[in-house]
Amino acid sequence: MSTATADTHTEHDPHATNTGISNTKLAMWLFLGTECLLFGGLISTYLLYKTRGNGKTLPTDIFDIPFTSVSSFVLLMSSLTMVLALSALQRGDVERSRGWLLTTAMLGGVFVGGQVYEFTSFYREGIGFTTNPASSAFFTLTGFHGVHVSLGILMLMSLVVASMQGRLKPQNAETVEIVGLYWHFVDIVWIFIFTVIYLIPAE
Amino acid sequence: MSESATDTAVGADDTDDDDHAHHPSDAEYIKIALVLALITGVEVFTYFESVLDWGAFLIPSLMVMMVVKFWLVARMFMHLKADKPILSQFFVTGIVMAVAVYMVTLLAFNFF
Amino acid sequence: MAIIEEPLALESGQADIAERPLGVMTRPQEGNGWRDWLSSVDHKRIGIMYGVAAMFFFIVGGIEALLIRTQLAFPEQGFLSPQLYNEIYTMHGVTMVFLFIMPLAAAFANYLIPLQIGARDVAFPRLNALSFWIWISGAIFLNSSWLVGGGGADCGWFCYSPNSGVIFSPSHGVDFYAIGLLIAGIASLVSSVNLIVTVLNMRAPGMTLFRMPVLTWMLLVTQFLLAFALPVITVALFLLLFDRVFDSQFFDPEAGADPLLWQHLFWIFGHPEVYIIILPSFGIISEIIPTFSRKPIFGYSFMVFSGIAIGFMGWGVWAHHMFVSGIGPISVLAFSLSTMFIAVPTGVKILNWLATMWGGKLRFTTAMLFAVGTVGMFTIGGLSGVTHALAPADTQQTDTYYIVAHFHYVIFGGGVMGLMAGAYFWWPKIFGHMLNEARGKIHFWISMVGLNLTFGPMHVLGLQGMSRRIDTYSEGFGFAFWNLMATIGAYIIAISVAYFIYNAFRSRKEAVDLPNPGPDPWDARSLEWSIPSPTPAHNFDEIPTVESQDEWWHRKYAFDENNNVIRIATPEEAAQKGDGEGVHLPSPSFWPLVLAVGLPLIGYGIIFNLWLCVLGGLLTAGAIYSWALEPVDDPNAGHGHGDHGDDDDPDDHSDDEGDAVAVGADDSAGDA
Repeated sequence: MSTATADTHTEHDPHATNTGISNTKLAMWLFLGTECLLFGGLISTYLLYKTRGNGKTLPTDIFDIPFTSVSSFVLLMSSLTMVLALSALQRGDVERSRGWLLTTAMLGGVFVGGQVYEFTSFYREGIGFTTNPASSAFFTLTGFHGVHVSLGILMLMSLVVASMQGRLKPQNAETVEIVGLYWHFVDIVWIFIFTVIYLIPAE
Repeated sequence: MSESATDTAVGADDTDDDDHAHHPSDAEYIKIALVLALITGVEVFTYFESVLDWGAFLIPSLMVMMVVKFWLVARMFMHLKADKPILSQFFVTGIVMAVAVYMVTLLAFNFF
Repeated sequence: MAIIEEPLALESGQADIAERPLGVMTRPQEGNGWRDWLSSVDHKRIGIMYGVAAMFFFIVGGIEALLIRTQLAFPEQGFLSPQLYNEIYTMHGVTMVFLFIMPLAAAFANYLIPLQIGARDVAFPRLNALSFWIWISGAIFLNSSWLVGGGGADCGWFCYSPNSGVIFSPSHGVDFYAIGLLIAGIASLVSSVNLIVTVLNMRAPGMTLFRMPVLTWMLLVTQFLLAFALPVITVALFLLLFDRVFDSQFFDPEAGADPLLWQHLFWIFGHPEVYIIILPSFGIISEIIPTFSRKPIFGYSFMVFSGIAIGFMGWGVWAHHMFVSGIGPISVLAFSLSTMFIAVPTGVKILNWLATMWGGKLRFTTAMLFAVGTVGMFTIGGLSGVTHALAPADTQQTDTYYIVAHFHYVIFGGGVMGLMAGAYFWWPKIFGHMLNEARGKIHFWISMVGLNLTFGPMHVLGLQGMSRRIDTYSEGFGFAFWNLMATIGAYIIAISVAYFIYNAFRSRKEAVDLPNPGPDPWDARSLEWSIPSPTPAHNFDEIPTVESQDEWWHRKYAFDENNNVIRIATPEEAAQKGDGEGVHLPSPSFWPLVLAVGLPLIGYGIIFNLWLCVLGGLLTAGAIYSWALEPVDDPNAGHGHGDHGDDDDPDDHSDDEGDAVAVGADDSAGDA
């Protein structure tokens, strides 16, 4: 922000904000705060409906906890690779950062692949999207989460491509940080879902 | 929505957010990841009830472990520990509001 | 609007527009043609577009209202079939809430927030444009239901299950409702994030949060409400949509689902929504009343904190819309209590407005009339609201016209009158001429008569037992007389709106022969009055340094030794001149518009043909990438300052959201 003398160097300072935080970072955190309301609604809907099977199979009947544990672990580790990507870029190591970004995207892809496998095997075991309230709620919740992960993968791959074109440089580290925030949030949501939906057994 | 001390200053006085003294190193990140993996292992372990009967402790333990993981990722990976408080405030506000309204709703459904 | 100047030579070392990633992208320059409005990222133009579009939908919703009232003017009329009646009253509500009053408030928010905090634009100018274009495409999509959807939605604006399901609402109306509101919701969510970041990050030096005008505070609280409430209705709308389109089982009681889930989710959003509706008007009159009382707002801190309190407490009252839905006595008791409490902060505000006027040197301009009218009408609506808070009483009142009376008094009497006050107050700042005062006063009085004649009798009708949402009533109930009065009142409101529009056009025509009103025709108190009228493209020549609340006032007046107010400068002397020499502004962009067009295509695709989804999705995705890749600014746009310093790489497009640019910073800190 400039002072009364408009031509001082501060007017040119792109980082000058009242809070000292960049606009984008502030915006992303605010957005993540609002996403809590979105996922909260979906989770609550599932919790309300998780025992309402309408005489048919419930998701809790056919959870494959070992399988889901592995994919949860994969997503968790992708948060590590994400933060390593950021750290590498901040250090100036563009190549390494690109590698970690790609790894993060791939781990995310493994997670999504696991979700798809899980959904199709559920379907074969008699639970589809429209089977009963419990299944509708389960697939909507995990589906929304999966879509969020997929969008994250798209963003990560866009960064990888940008990096390959030489357009992702250390001074752009904040962009990676912002994408990282989104990615970690999506991971955090899954931490919540894994515990509350999968591990806490049905009554 | 707290007023930052840098409010009246022209621009931020400690400028770049990325520039923190307490920037965890890669080694520290890996350590945190190992802790997260360990906790996940314990969580999954609870599934195999035959080994250990958790009884009434099960759900509280799972919740605690979940919160710890959540907290580690938010504080360390997402850097909230080193960032300005307003970012945590946004996030916590979202979480608190979500928990509050949805728990009240579930209460209204006699869920508990 | 960029100040178009002779392109200066770029700093040595910077190539001229070297890299265009896809070979075709440049940023347009801004002028005054219609295409410039389509690509504008200027918060003022966006605000004007919101306002004009909102007034258009006011008329649409108003016609729907007149149809309702015409049908109900006499008992047992068949003017509208029951089905059509349901569609009309549903769309009346949806249109008025989502397509009129929210965007009209957004118009003021967009136009005024940067000016009141001393900024040149919002944090993310392109996202700002995106919000507008997404909103209006959602609005058009929603209304296209009449043409291609088999009619409007017919479930009421609150669209309760299971009535909203395919069995009871077989046309596509409800699908259009769900998707249309989802689209419009994206617009508001994006806008709320934008404005919050703007207020928190882009205030002028010295403008602490507690020196901001009350309007900015109320708008800030509104944005937080929007940001956190919209995701909840998003969930609800998706669940509804999935039930209707995919036959999921969220609201089907026979499958074991609970329709009450919809009610909770809807009203968790719906109650903060009504504070979203009213807080901007509260903010507006908090600027107008002090101006025309020639006194600062009484109890600034109380005004701020009560606004914040309303924002918080508004989250704890939602089930007062559900007292008779079977939630049980404990829930009813809890929400009844919380609802009673929320009257307190609002009462604080009313007292403070009155205290501001007390002992002040009152001037009853049209804006002041509307502002005082707002206080009065909202108080009436608020009193009936307090009676609803008492659950046993509400059991009698709910689903009757007594409720209809309440919410129209608060929304129309409170919300709309406040926005009208704002229109008369800021018109000279926005358009460079005043709205005619004599005609404005006529407009005010016609509105007051119309509003009270329409909604006053509804209290009586409700207490006499007339149900809501009925398409007609029988002869013998005794409802006929007041219904006829209400219908006459509705037509009087229509006349008042027509008269306002007439005033707008006529005043513009007459303004040609009148002198410019100058920067500060009202002798007002906040920073937007310190710059020329109409606002120059760049807002401020120099970003002001702020030293107190009512900063502008203190540049014109001071206190002498005896604590009397003395003038130290006239507005013309103290105001900025409007020379935008060398101010660099964010460049326009077409991508927000293109992106916005993709969304209704996806919507049509969900309803009619999934291939349209693919098309819409590609358009949206393509627009997102093009947006991210377009040059941060047109290198040919005028810069003015010779001293760029070491700018970031101008071809750096990887920062797709980017930082604020509009604070006069003229390097390539990207705009978004």
